Amino acid sequence: MAEAAAVAAESLAGGRARAARTVLNQVVLPGEELLLPEQEDAEGPGGGGERPLRLNAGVRSRVRVVCGPGLRRCGDRLLVTKCGRLRHKEPGSGSGGGVYWVDSQQKRYVPVKGDHVIGIVTAKSGDIFKVDVGGSEPASLSYLAFEGATKRNRPNVQVGDLIYGQFVVANKDMEPEMVCIDSCGRANGMGVIGHDGLLFKVTLGLIRKLLAPDCEIIQEVGKLYPLEIVFGMNGRIWVKAKTIQQTLILANILEACEHMTADQRKQIFSRLAES
Amino acid sequence: MAAERKTKLSKNLLRMKFMQRGLDSETKKQLEEEEKKIIGEEHWYLDLPALTEKESFIIEEQSFLLCEDLLYGRMSFRGFNPEVEKLMLQMNDKNKAEVVEDKTEEVDVSDEEMARRYETLVGTIGKKFAKKRDRANYEEDENGGVKLIKAKKMFLKPQD
Repeated sequence: MAEAAAVAAESLAGGRARAARTVLNQVVLPGEELLLPEQEDAEGPGGGGERPLRLNAGVRSRVRVVCGPGLRRCGDRLLVTKCGRLRHKEPGSGSGGGVYWVDSQQKRYVPVKGDHVIGIVTAKSGDIFKVDVGGSEPASLSYLAFEGATKRNRPNVQVGDLIYGQFVVANKDMEPEMVCIDSCGRANGMGVIGHDGLLFKVTLGLIRKLLAPDCEIIQEVGKLYPLEIVFGMNGRIWVKAKTIQQTLILANILEACEHMTADQRKQIFSRLAES
Repeated sequence: MAAERKTKLSKNLLRMKFMQRGLDSETKKQLEEEEKKIIGEEHWYLDLPALTEKESFIIEEQSFLLCEDLLYGRMSFRGFNPEVEKLMLQMNDKNKAEVVEDKTEEVDVSDEEMARRYETLVGTIGKKFAKKRDRANYEEDENGGVKLIKAKKMFLKPQD
């Protein structure tokens, strides 16, 4: 009785850290501390109880753990900084430990190195373009960062064009820089996105959901009619179909599918397929 | 007079390389230690205990690329943009771990045939570079291969 009350009081006070393994796929709140697997053994069952004697108490096999978005390192533990569900990915090969991250939802994009984003060219000044990516400041894009671009052969980019590129520099201290080529110098689909089409904004979580390898929405959408979609990790989607009506239908579906259940979605698709 | 009084050479002069060639190793070592002492006193250092760096096993990454396997951002369906469809196949295959088929190297010509061919080749080419006198030493085989039959030209002792 007294023990239960004591434990309850302790957990209410929020001082006790939980093991990351036990909280997988559950909602975590900012400020919580999570223990990594190899540390929970040392904590002991009751925290204040007797610690089991271990022969190799001094030796702890340390595995490298990556803490992803939404988590921070706090000493030996992980500190949660965003609210959402805790996820874990097992290491595929080689270096162990795996990745932990928080699956959160937000509309505001913060530039991250390596992300592919859709940007709008806002200004052309000298040798660089200023591209609006939805972050706190516009990213800079050099005119040489296109495939086959030289000083004489400048790329055909105007103010107002849509650019699909990736970040090479993106941290809180510097202005973000993006390029439209990869490390080998090939475009790989990056560069100016063609004419027409429609650009609209969605939440960041939806983009990740749509880009998941086993996404049903994309598969069903692909069966409707010929179309082209470009996803930017900054929450922007560009769609294009043969007629304006088809484009608008597509845009509405993608915006609405965030809040629909699977059944509702199937209803809508079946209605569309009929018409 | 000059022999009575030893010329006093300055310290800097004694430190020069050509003055040290004549010294033995011990004096050299002493000089080096003195040098180090001088430098050591001039250099500033922090008077703190040696701090052991804590090795951290947690790496912070802000990118979602590591966490989730995401597909390539450009997509085209039902042939709307053929280039993008090609790209889709290319980029998505790069992400997935493909099973690489072990192709056994197909050899056009077997090793034995190669050996045979080279054997005859040496003869044919050798004939080309042999002098007119030596060309007679080459004989043709049954198979058409040219081989050198060397008759060693030795000194024949005259039979008296």
